[in-house]
Amino acid sequence: MSYLDRQGKGGLTSWIFSTDHKRVSLLYLALMTAFFWVAVGIGVAMRLKHLSGSDFLVSARTYNALFTVHGVIMVFMFVIPGLPAVFGNFFLPILIGAKDVAFPRLNLLSWWLFLAGACLALLSLFTGPGAPDTGWTFYVPFSLRTGTNVSLAVFAAFVLGFSSILTGINFITTVHRLRCEGMTWHRMPLFVWAIYSTGWIQVLATPVIGITLLLVILERAFGIGVFDPARGGDPVLYQHLFWIYSHPAVYIMIVPAMGAITEIIPTFARRCIFGYRAIAYSSLAIAGLGSLVWAHHMFTSGMADLANIIFSLLTFLVAVPSAIKVFNWTATLYKGSVDMQPSMLFALTFVFLFTIGGLTGVMQGALGLNVHLHDTYWIVGHFHYVMFGGTGFAFFAALLYWFPKMFGRQYDPKPAYAAWVLMFLGFNMLYGSFMVLGAMGMPRRYFAHLPQFHSLHLAATAGSWALVAGLAVLFGNFLAALRRGAPAESDPWGGKTLEWTLPSPPPPENFDKLPVVTGAPYSYNPKAPA
Amino acid sequence: MSEPAHADYQGAKIGMWLFLFTELMLFGGLFLLYAAYRMLHPAEFHRASQELNAVIGVGNTLVLLTSSLFAALALTAVQQGRGEAGARWAALTACLGALFLMNKGLEWGAKFHHGIFPGSALVKAMPPGEGLFFGLYFTMTGLHALHVLIGVVLLAVVALLVKGGRVRQGDCVLLENAGLYWHLVDVIWIFLLPLFYLAA
Repeated sequence: MSYLDRQGKGGLTSWIFSTDHKRVSLLYLALMTAFFWVAVGIGVAMRLKHLSGSDFLVSARTYNALFTVHGVIMVFMFVIPGLPAVFGNFFLPILIGAKDVAFPRLNLLSWWLFLAGACLALLSLFTGPGAPDTGWTFYVPFSLRTGTNVSLAVFAAFVLGFSSILTGINFITTVHRLRCEGMTWHRMPLFVWAIYSTGWIQVLATPVIGITLLLVILERAFGIGVFDPARGGDPVLYQHLFWIYSHPAVYIMIVPAMGAITEIIPTFARRCIFGYRAIAYSSLAIAGLGSLVWAHHMFTSGMADLANIIFSLLTFLVAVPSAIKVFNWTATLYKGSVDMQPSMLFALTFVFLFTIGGLTGVMQGALGLNVHLHDTYWIVGHFHYVMFGGTGFAFFAALLYWFPKMFGRQYDPKPAYAAWVLMFLGFNMLYGSFMVLGAMGMPRRYFAHLPQFHSLHLAATAGSWALVAGLAVLFGNFLAALRRGAPAESDPWGGKTLEWTLPSPPPPENFDKLPVVTGAPYSYNPKAPA
Repeated sequence: MSEPAHADYQGAKIGMWLFLFTELMLFGGLFLLYAAYRMLHPAEFHRASQELNAVIGVGNTLVLLTSSLFAALALTAVQQGRGEAGARWAALTACLGALFLMNKGLEWGAKFHHGIFPGSALVKAMPPGEGLFFGLYFTMTGLHALHVLIGVVLLAVVALLVKGGRVRQGDCVLLENAGLYWHLVDVIWIFLLPLFYLAA
């Protein structure tokens, strides 16, 4: 009997009220996939608009709403919850040999809060004075002055944040309390380390955005004046508070992605991971250092030079633990017996695209260059390389990797390869063009563009079509596999971590008898010299 | 279905402590704002603070501190198997919390009566910085009062559970966690008192 089999009376209620971490994981996956496609559609609409340099297809006002909603959905409902909520939920307990997370009911509550936040966000689009048009950053003073439905959208983000916090609390406690016998800290698979580090960022950083967003609501409702210069307030302080969360949030998005990649690469290289401890501790280092770099989003906001210099230095430093991981992944491949399954292909693409995103990030950390690049398409290109090329591709790599385990069905690899070709080409055309546009001076969030930018905008729009076509093939292939995929073996890839010891799909409580772990994970070459 | 076979006390406490960290960060953002604005407007904060009645503030502090003592006594009583006494102490804790809220309400009411509330004409006419002080005052004490309210309800429920024997010696992590939460509420107030009432 597997966790997918009919339970009790069956039906929808056996899912939406289930405290089984695997079912909760699928609930997240369903909801997030839906919102992902909504936001993809909005993104495509924005690109279509830029087929013309001036008025075309949508009004300027609608365009403002489009990029706001695209950002809010992608950030708060896809990339931030993405890997922790889906794969963390499903595999964290299994990877440490536990039957469930530490607080199963709290876990279900997290999903309900996520649903509530998502509904509120939808409501803010279609009710009241219209969809918010501030950009996902909700910067004051505009977010205080605009007549659109900002308060509700901000409240939605607050609720989503609460969901994220509860997930973080749950995962940290799970790692501390529910590791099976023999599962010492240094025998934990590295995905667990990544989810654990992420949990700490979720717990410590998310409340700050919570209070910041509450202040925006209070300011709009009562005029408390905390960000109003006329009353002695300082709008730049809003930016500080916002980025104190939202920069670490970038690491909430990327660290679990790195964790998933760290599972995939050893499996398909048939090699023990190189530098286990370096990878584990670099996750923690990212969590720590990443909390101290927020003001690099504000170099042009008018901070003191000394502060700028310090934040610039810290920004350079935070690249180090990320680079450590990239070197370790590469070193793992060395002399490996690489099996280029679709999952591995997406994982290596992650490394490639993330490296571009990461290195351009270091460039932006330089104060002089930042003045030129700030708020241009370069920035948009950069963070899509990190968030989509990084987290997005890692999400798909993880889905390709764990799909047989989660659903007990095997997908056809050929369409997945085809999807990769379309996505890889489309992605680079789209966001590569963005970077060039930005370096040439195209400001972000502009409705219209000058004639000299037109050809690159066309290239980007064409790229967006290829990218979406690739995504459609990828998801279509998954749907086809769900309907008529061949039954999956328990260990189709030759993985060595605990999830592959279970049947596919796993039984309701994972392990009939809790496992006893006697060695390190990824034991491919036990006799090789360390 | 996935209920753990045995309750994990240590786990429940770790979870609560993590939650308390999030509360600290939540208020931390506000304390950061306060610090920045006090640096910018020291004289205005000083003047505005004189509007607040330090006697009520200190009185309320005593109420909260005493309630924290009662919360600790409740836990000790239950741990020693004296459920009746534990229920009584927990209920008294909730009562003192309610008293705190009543004082706070009267205080806010008086301010409103004098035309001092967020967005009022009087506050808007104040020099930059002074109005800000009251903006922060209402936000921070308001958020704190909301936490006190949640704590009062929580402790009242736990008191009933203790009375009914659902929370008892050897199975009292709920009371312990409620107590932890209550102490946090208390600690935050300890910082609010000097920052607002004693800043003058």
